[in-house]
Amino acid sequence: MVHQILFIIFALMCVAGAVNLLRQTHPINSALSLVVVMASLALIYLLLGAEFVAAIQVIVYAGAIMVLFVFVIMLLNAGAEERSSGSRIALIIGVPGALVLGVLVGWIMIGQNKQLGSVAISATDFGETHFIARLLFRDFLLPFEVTSVLILIAIMGAVVLGRKES
Amino acid sequence: MVPLSWYLILSAVLFCLGVLGFLLKRNIITIFMSIELMLNAVNLSFVAFANYWNARGGLLPSGKAVVGLSGHVFVFFVMVVAAAEAAVGLAIIIAVFRTRETLNVDRVNLLKL
Repeated sequence: MVHQILFIIFALMCVAGAVNLLRQTHPINSALSLVVVMASLALIYLLLGAEFVAAIQVIVYAGAIMVLFVFVIMLLNAGAEERSSGSRIALIIGVPGALVLGVLVGWIMIGQNKQLGSVAISATDFGETHFIARLLFRDFLLPFEVTSVLILIAIMGAVVLGRKES
Repeated sequence: MVPLSWYLILSAVLFCLGVLGFLLKRNIITIFMSIELMLNAVNLSFVAFANYWNARGGLLPSGKAVVGLSGHVFVFFVMVVAAAEAAVGLAIIIAVFRTRETLNVDRVNLLKL
């Protein structure tokens, strides 16, 4: 019961933050609502027994990535969004399409509720860092090393793109 | 006990809001934030299914073993890729702003100035 109440509170915070992201016209307000979404998602991860994922969600997403966003917004001195007519087609086709997608997925999930079963707060040590580390550095060692190369390329790409053309 | 379907519905709702933001917003930075929202929605379903399979002993109905924690490792990789994407994407946004002096995507409609 407590689990369900907590889930509903955090889920409402999440959805409210996401809706606010769409409603705001100034990008800094959108960025701060995205931080709210990410923080409440971290709390939902804690409910799912994923301590490590919750921690890196706060540190990497709500911390590092969003700081980068806020930094760029301030650097470019981005003002309020201007409405233009180009979004007419997106409004006519995109909004019903996204609504149909959401309602369809929700309807299927409610229909499959029995088969899917439910999730309990893990009383076990599931999701602890050393289990993830064992999996990451043993079974997923090659993907892990490949991602480090990817990060290196991304850093070099960002430096090249951000450089002033001489 | 929360039904798994609630988590998946929340994930779908967040993903749809991300799609809507991607389609409706005109500011290139906000569009980028909508993409991050969609990535987060996918991460939520990964973690929910990881917990689900762990609680069932990591066995598929066919008897094949899956590691429940693989979902967490996948989330880790998604976050790494999202961080790389954010760094490169924001550098591109700065480069676009430097040449066009605008963040409105409707005004960025030419490949070459």
